[in-house]
Formats: sequence, structure tokens, C-alpha cells
Amino acid sequence: MKSLEVTLRHVRDDGRKALVPYFVAGATPDWTRHVEAAVLGGADAIEIGVPFSDPMMDGVVIQEGALRSLERGTTLESICQELESLETEIPLLAMTYYNIFLHYGLSRAAGRLRDSGISGAIVPDLSLEESDEWRAACDESDVATVFLVAPSTPTSRLRDVAQRTQGFLYASARMAVTGGASDAGEGPRVVASLREVTDVPVYVGIGISTPAQAASAASFSDGVIVGSALVKIILDGATPSDVESFVRSFRGAID
Amino acid sequence: MTERDNVMGAPDERGHFGDFGGRFVPEALMPACLELEEAFRDAWSDADFVAEYHTVLRQFAGRPTPVTPLPRLSKRLGLELFAKREDLAHTGSHKINNVIGQTLLTKRMGKPRVIAETGAGQHGVATATAAARLGLACTVFMGEVDTKRQELNVFRMELLGATVVPVTSGSKTLKDAVNEAMREWVTCVADTHYCLGSVMGPHPFPWMVREFQSIIGIEAAAQLSELGVGTPDAVVACVGGGSNAAGVFAGFAQSDARLIGVEAAGGAAVRSGSPGVLHGMRSLLLQDEFGQIEEAHSISAGLDYPGIGPEHAHLAATQRAEYYAIGDDDVLSALTLLSETEGIIPALETAHAVAWIAQEAGGLLPLGSSVLLNLSGRGDKDVAQVRAILRGEA
Repeated sequence: MKSLEVTLRHVRDDGRKALVPYFVAGATPDWTRHVEAAVLGGADAIEIGVPFSDPMMDGVVIQEGALRSLERGTTLESICQELESLETEIPLLAMTYYNIFLHYGLSRAAGRLRDSGISGAIVPDLSLEESDEWRAACDESDVATVFLVAPSTPTSRLRDVAQRTQGFLYASARMAVTGGASDAGEGPRVVASLREVTDVPVYVGIGISTPAQAASAASFSDGVIVGSALVKIILDGATPSDVESFVRSFRGAID
Repeated sequence: MTERDNVMGAPDERGHFGDFGGRFVPEALMPACLELEEAFRDAWSDADFVAEYHTVLRQFAGRPTPVTPLPRLSKRLGLELFAKREDLAHTGSHKINNVIGQTLLTKRMGKPRVIAETGAGQHGVATATAAARLGLACTVFMGEVDTKRQELNVFRMELLGATVVPVTSGSKTLKDAVNEAMREWVTCVADTHYCLGSVMGPHPFPWMVREFQSIIGIEAAAQLSELGVGTPDAVVACVGGGSNAAGVFAGFAQSDARLIGVEAAGGAAVRSGSPGVLHGMRSLLLQDEFGQIEEAHSISAGLDYPGIGPEHAHLAATQRAEYYAIGDDDVLSALTLLSETEGIIPALETAHAVAWIAQEAGGLLPLGSSVLLNLSGRGDKDVAQVRAILRGEA
């Protein structure tokens, strides 16, 4: 079992709902301070969004964040370098599109993630069917690959995805791209179906923008992912202290 | 079966053409891709569906399109030239072949709505046309930059009852229109089919679109036989995503004809690109050293795409087809050349293929060669732009 999953299973075994904030790396010059603030605010893991020119699964807020980051010259390498100076005990995951890793070289990318303290990867356009090479590369470096499921995923496929995901399963509550919906939608049904086929932790994302929605999603899952709502306040100029308060408000709601 | 017999056959079960193709999409779209593949396999082996497709193409789209000998240009260049006249198909290009197939499939799947991306507007107009004919709702995503460059096509789509959504993300052109159509499809996949316009995207699109376009090559091969030409020495087509080229190549893949694709120099994925993943497929893409996709630049909006269909990447890798690039300047002179010598104003996209033939007559095309040009579209949509450039106003 990958280190990420060991850690996240401990979080669940301790009776704690996991809170996973998402950041677009490099969207602002002080983005690593935002990450540190989120840790102080009570995050259990952090998703580090690596910007891609064509983010097919992202809505307007994260697209804007990625654009700003790319305009600042952010690369996978620059992100990894900045993360090396970040001191945190909680797991970091990279979220990006497959072409970024493919272009860097799969084994080299997985090794680079590990060396900069990243223990998991979420690659939304990498389907289960195309993932063998990437998962093999990750196995060399103890990087976990987290897969997503959607309300459209049929039961037979849920089992296949659940068998291959590592760390946790990312359950999309809605048929939407990031930031594209604002309630738990079909989350309860999707999570209930997953419970029948796996005991891996299940986190709910897409459609969680307020502490109340997070509390609702946490009530039927093992954790929540907060992306666009957080990226929005950062793009609007939030300070690290604003980020800490934002994350703390979600922490309070799900505990 | 020999290796040649399998050229341009079906991809493997996961949609690979050699090292290219596949299905790189968010999990939310996987069931739709699987459903579509099953529906296409089922329909394409159903004689009634195939008959209906051919009937609509004949009664509505003007097929078969003729093969026209080009005697004056032939004499000028020292070649034996023939043109497959997709410019004479309804809506003015080969795009109609694909959308008739996909909209009939949409009806068969019981979905009441289609969405599409468009660059210059040709695929958008074709989709809106087929949707109107079959009574489907239609939404077309078009980069904001393109909606301004191609205002008349926006109006055409609206006349046909479609909704045009300007896309303001990214470079606001074709690749962003594809991104936005994919994002939209995630939210409405249960009742909406994504009518992709080229031999690109996730499996089964590259294969399915090529099959719907293969009528070009199948007709042309028979027509050349009737003309007593037999197999031409070369088949030449312009390539953006590559649907007209794939369609015409399909009729000659097992023959000895050279298959030649002509890209725009500013969007030459085969000549200047490298392997990568975008828009659901692994193919050749224009990208920077970090894997960020670069924008294509061409005088013809229809070739303004930073990638190429995966089957073309495979045909290039296996050297069954050859790919060359032509710059903007040569395109305009080719457009006037064909117009003046043969009375056919080609689309700017098509003019790339004409330019390559003119450039290589006596070079890569030995004098006396018989050449089939796929005349993929007519130039009506481009005349205002061409006039502005020729008058020095653009």
C-alpha cells in the first residue's frame, strides 16, 4: 500500500473527516504561503494544481488560475523546486493533465514528485484504460494515483476504478467540471455505490463551495475537496491569513 | 492478411492506431465514449442504417460528388490532375458527410440534442444543417476570435436554428472551442451527443469520423476507374485535424498510390510537432518544452489546430502516408491559379494541397504523374478575406 493511503486511512481510523484544499501552483507569487496557511487552518492533505494550457475538466475559476500561473512562467520543475522548501507533515498531491507528465517523462516525473514531497497524483484525463504506464512509473517512486468516479460511472466500472485507485477515490458529486455546481447532487448515491465495492477512503469533490456543503458531503463520505471556491478568493487577492480562515471555516463545519 | 490489407483498418479494441489514439477523457465522459462506440459498431454493421446514411447523402447532400479532370492546370504543371469535388457537396465541403452520419447516430441513440465545436464555421454550419434536417437541437461552440473573423457563418448557423456560444477561454480559437464543448458534454452527456468535426478526439471518434468520410475515397476510386485512370500515382489532401484526407486516403490505402497530406506551415503537427495527449487522444501536437499546447497560426482557420488525428500520426510513423507543409504566401497564389485555370475557387484549406502540387510538379511529383486532389471545400467563405489580402488591406 502506498504511503499516501496508509496516512489517509489513519485519518479515517481516527474518526476524522479529511479536508483537502486545492491550489493552482504559481497562480500568485506567494502561493506556497497559501499552502502553509491551509495546513494551519486544518487541512489533511493538499492538492497542488500544476497548470496546463488546456484544462478540459476545469471551470472558469481554475482556468483563470492556470492562465495566470502559466503567464508567470510556472512549470512542473519550478513547482517542485518551490515545494522542496515547504515544511509540512501532511500529504501533498499533484493534480494535472497527462501531457505534463508525459512530456516530462513518466518515470522522471514520478521521481521528481516524490523528491519534492508529493505522494499522490490526480490526472483527470488519464482513463483507467490508458493508465498502465503511469501507474508503473508511480510504483517505482511510491506515488499514489488517485482515480475519479462520476455519477455517470456504471456499477461495473466503479469496481474496476476502486480496485486501481490508491490513497482515496475522488467521487465527483455532479456531472460538472470544477466550480460548475454548488450542491452535493448525486454524491450520496455515488458514495453509497462505492461503499459496496471498496473500503478505500472516498472523498467528495466538485460542487463544494461553502462550509455547509462541505458538512453535508462529509456526512456521507470520508472527506471533501475544496477547489474553485478557494482559488476564487486567492485570485481576488486573499492573504495567507484569509486562506487560513477560509480553510478553518470548512474544518469547523465538517468536524 | 498482409500488412497492407490492414492499413486504415479498424483501430485496436481501445482505439489505438499503433502508438496513437486511445481514450484520454475524464471518467465522467468514459461511459458516453463506450456507449458511442457500441452504438457506432451496431449501426455501421446494420444494413438499414448504412442505407439510410447513403440515402440522406444522395437526396440531401448532393452525393456522389463528381471527379473532375483538370486539363488546363494539368498542362501547365505537366501532370495528369483530377479533383474530387467535395466543394460541390451541400454546405460547401466534405464536412457534411460526417455530420449526416453522426446526427443519424444521435437519433438512433435517442438523444435529442447535439453540440459541436467549430473553427472557421464550416463544421458548425454543417452540424446546424444536419440538426435542422433531422429535428435535433444544436449548440455550437466557437472561439470568440473566430466568431468575429467568420461573422457570416455565425449568422448562417443561427438561421439554421442553432445556438452559437462564443468561447472566451484560452486563445479563443478552435482548440478552446473543443475544450468548451468537452466541458459542456460533461454536464449533459445523458441527452446530448458531441458531434466532433474531425478524425480526432477520444476513441471512437477518429475511427468513426474516418468511416463516415471514407465515402470520398470509395467514390473517387470507382470514378477514376470509370475514367480509365485506375489507381493514381498520388492522392493529395490538405490536413488540419485530417478528416478530408482520412476520407480520401481510405479509398486508396490498399493501393499503390502515394498518400500525401499537406499541413499549414503554422499548424504542422507532423512536420513540427511531437507526441502528446490532448482532447482525448495521443497524437502529434504542437507544444512547448514543458508540454503546454501551442497555438497554431494559419491563413485558413480550418487548419488552425495544434494537433492532427491519431491515425494520421500512425500513417506518418509507418510511412504509409507522407506529410508536407505549405506557408500562407503559397496558398494565395495556388488559390488564384486554380481559379483562373479551372474555374474553381477552392477554400483556403484546399489551396494548401493545390500549392503543394504546383510546387512539387517535376519534383516530388515526377512529370506525367497522375494525381487526385481532394478538393475538400469551396472558397466562397474566404473571398472577403482573400480580397482584403490581395488588395493589401489585411
